[in-house]
Amino acid sequence: MPDTRHEPIKVGIGTPLSRVDGVDKVTGQAHYAAEYAVPDVLYGVIVSGRIAKGRITAIADGAARAVPGVVEVLTHMNRPSEAWRDSKWKDELAIPGDPFRALGDDRIQFSGQPVALVLAETFEAARFAASLVDVSYEEEPHNVDFDLSLAEKTLPTYKRKSFHAPKSHGDADKAYAEADLRHEGEYRLATEHHNPMEMHASTVHWHGDGTITVYDKCQGAQGVQSYIASAFGFRQEDVQVINAYVGGAFGSGLRPQYQVQLAVLAAKKLERSVRVVMTRQQMFTHAHRPQAIYSIKLGAERTGKLTSMINDATTSTSRFENNMEDVVTWGMINYACPNMSGAYTVAPRDTYTSADMRAPGAATGMTLFEIAMDEMAYKAKVDPLEFRQINYSDIDAMNRQPFTSKALREAYREGAAAFGWDRRSFEPRSMRDGRELIGWGVATGVWDAQFSKTSARATLTADGHLEVASATADIGTGTYTVMTLVAADTLGIAPERITSRLGDSRLPTAPVEGGSWAAASTGAAVQVACRAVGEKLLKAAAKVEGQPLAAASSVDDLTFADGRMALKSEPGRSVAITEVMQAATIDRIEVEETASTGLSGLVSQARKSRKTHSAVFVEVRVDEELGQVRVTRVVSAIAAGRIINPKTARSQILGGVVMGIGMALHEETLADLRLGRWMNHNYAEYHIPAHADVQDIEVIFVDEPDPEVTPLGVKGLGEIGIISVAGAIANAIFHATGQRHRSLPITIDKLIA
Amino acid sequence: MSQAALSLSNDPGLALASRPIGTVPVRLTINGEAQALDLEPWVTLLDLLREGLHLTGTKKGCDHGQCGSCTVLIDGTRMNACLKLAVTLDGCEITTIEGLGQPGNLHPLQAAFIEHDAFQCGYCTPGQICSAEGLIREGHAHTREEIREQMSGNLCRCGAYTNIADAILEVMGQEGWE
Repeated sequence: MPDTRHEPIKVGIGTPLSRVDGVDKVTGQAHYAAEYAVPDVLYGVIVSGRIAKGRITAIADGAARAVPGVVEVLTHMNRPSEAWRDSKWKDELAIPGDPFRALGDDRIQFSGQPVALVLAETFEAARFAASLVDVSYEEEPHNVDFDLSLAEKTLPTYKRKSFHAPKSHGDADKAYAEADLRHEGEYRLATEHHNPMEMHASTVHWHGDGTITVYDKCQGAQGVQSYIASAFGFRQEDVQVINAYVGGAFGSGLRPQYQVQLAVLAAKKLERSVRVVMTRQQMFTHAHRPQAIYSIKLGAERTGKLTSMINDATTSTSRFENNMEDVVTWGMINYACPNMSGAYTVAPRDTYTSADMRAPGAATGMTLFEIAMDEMAYKAKVDPLEFRQINYSDIDAMNRQPFTSKALREAYREGAAAFGWDRRSFEPRSMRDGRELIGWGVATGVWDAQFSKTSARATLTADGHLEVASATADIGTGTYTVMTLVAADTLGIAPERITSRLGDSRLPTAPVEGGSWAAASTGAAVQVACRAVGEKLLKAAAKVEGQPLAAASSVDDLTFADGRMALKSEPGRSVAITEVMQAATIDRIEVEETASTGLSGLVSQARKSRKTHSAVFVEVRVDEELGQVRVTRVVSAIAAGRIINPKTARSQILGGVVMGIGMALHEETLADLRLGRWMNHNYAEYHIPAHADVQDIEVIFVDEPDPEVTPLGVKGLGEIGIISVAGAIANAIFHATGQRHRSLPITIDKLIA
Repeated sequence: MSQAALSLSNDPGLALASRPIGTVPVRLTINGEAQALDLEPWVTLLDLLREGLHLTGTKKGCDHGQCGSCTVLIDGTRMNACLKLAVTLDGCEITTIEGLGQPGNLHPLQAAFIEHDAFQCGYCTPGQICSAEGLIREGHAHTREEIREQMSGNLCRCGAYTNIADAILEVMGQEGWE
């Protein structure tokens, strides 16, 4: 019967909702990869090699095997045979080259390479025994020095799939030579390691019937599932991968890490369950953000209008794979300039392959480019924010395409207003508070708004409970909560009555979680699945006495709120979802649907550029005598389309800003060039921002409706928060001190040099 | 592939390596429950909790006392569980995140962390909450700046610091600290 007593309470897209996985996380009930209780599990401790390059000549494992409780010492000589062809070792995101195989053979390709896995009944016995494994090597000359590796820099013949070659326009060299104002600089970014708080870990549950369950720290359960099946000779359906909770990753879990190789190898050899957890030191023996050098030349008219930009960057990779990033394209996309050119190469060194780390390419390239922009603004004697507005481009200037939307002007305006930018004095060293110099800096961020085909399942039961499920991941990004909100929005069911499931390879197909596409893609998949449930409900509603929804021909004619469905045209005619289920005697409605780009989306993707943007304003206080920099205020104004959950969205940007502070001031993995080894491989010596380093951060989401960019109008937020934060800080340090620093991080030694 | 020699005999470390590790009786009260345990002396409190007692709410982030993820309360004082050998804690009372509050019976800090979105991945969170409880008991921090300084032993790579400070300030306010 029509029911008008209820005022619809709509919780949905745009509602700031606390994390639905929050209670699990704050009570210690959320289980991460190493925390699943598996009977008779063996503990595997990894022995890391000590040389950077060469061959293993002998492994003395007698003492290790003598330790009570030790079951096996797995090496390249006694590991089970598994697939040998490179194609079988290619993971979902493999890049050109030969992916690393733990215990593959006697070759050593990087310092810290796993050379043995000691397995014991207790963790302590395995750890002790691992210290007793004595490995002999034949060393070969190595190089981990990025500057020396530049002699071998090259643009690989086989490009990484995600790589976009820079496009040149006009005659950049000529325009630069003829420019009124010229700036030339060489900018650098140190090697950084992801360092999620949870160390990479895998627990393999050996069921004994040919099937395994792998609890793995990764960003894509199905990618790891396919990889394990292919590399270790399992049938796809015999491998289940679970990553329901992931203790951060930031890209380190995009590709399967070597601990999962070792855990599966050992389980297969011993036909037992195995747990392998890396040490914090071992977290420095795999994925890292490439070291970078970026030479930038800018030419401009006296007014500050850019006439030329010449970009040339090189990033580090390994000798066995070519990791490529889009480094030089961001400034070319973002600013109007008639003449532009870009060159990009990679330089191999004897380390593990560099990898995607939060905003790969842009966090490096755009951040450094924005320091060069600041330098040109000062050369032109134009306020740095005004300078960016002078060179504003309404189209993607490199690809010469319109944007689906670009609310960067609004981000500049709202960010500047919140920060109080108009009170800034232009001259460096002109703002001071006691012994502290104060500096204000600004920078612009750009990232891709991406979408990836994703499936989801929605299951509605007679009690009015809804479950939505997809094999995506939540690495702290808020995916569980996003799925809940989209489901609540679509079917008008309260979040308390919705369960989101993810992080299980058996759930509907989803790509690896990364690149800021998860919210847009999984969200769209949940929406289409819930809409399909809505259609079935509408059909079933014909059974309801009086047929209150008879006038509706599709869900588009309905509103869903407060557990009820109502006619849009006549809101008084409504019925409770549970009443529909009851009237039609349906126990459950289950639908699986896939969200894909579709034809119109493909056409739009070919014709239009899709980007998120940010304007970052920073205040620093510098104690010149101590070389101490404090980032006292940050305003990050974000244009990223529709925001599904303002609460978790804000947190994602806060996290990006904090990592940007690390990039600007702290983070740098330093190598001993003689040993070829990362030396500060722990949290005491590789500094990430701590509580005391982080003060006031304000996040603004500017209004940017964009129905074209993705089905929900969502652009994604995982990366944009970090981009150019370090550039804004470097620019603020210049404004405070008059010192121009072009090499990140800007550590104390550089400031007092 | 070159042949490596697998040696078993005449290894000087062999005698030491093969010596069995004895156990020591230890009485601990964990989350209010008295436990009589026989423990090998090389077991840290952290590994005892996680592997021996399946109290995996206490996290291992570095195993070196550098990250604070394993912070628990030992006789009411916040400590890194990775730096304590369990056998040295005979007679101690240990409170982990599981003992601080449970689903349906949240500790005020746990509720405030959810409300202020003071975590993302959740891995450092139990340590942050136990550390915050220790901080409040110490009574030395009264301002946001003091909270920041005195919580700096607890790293958060997701960067939830400002929200963590908000959550702690709120609970301190409830308890009349401000």
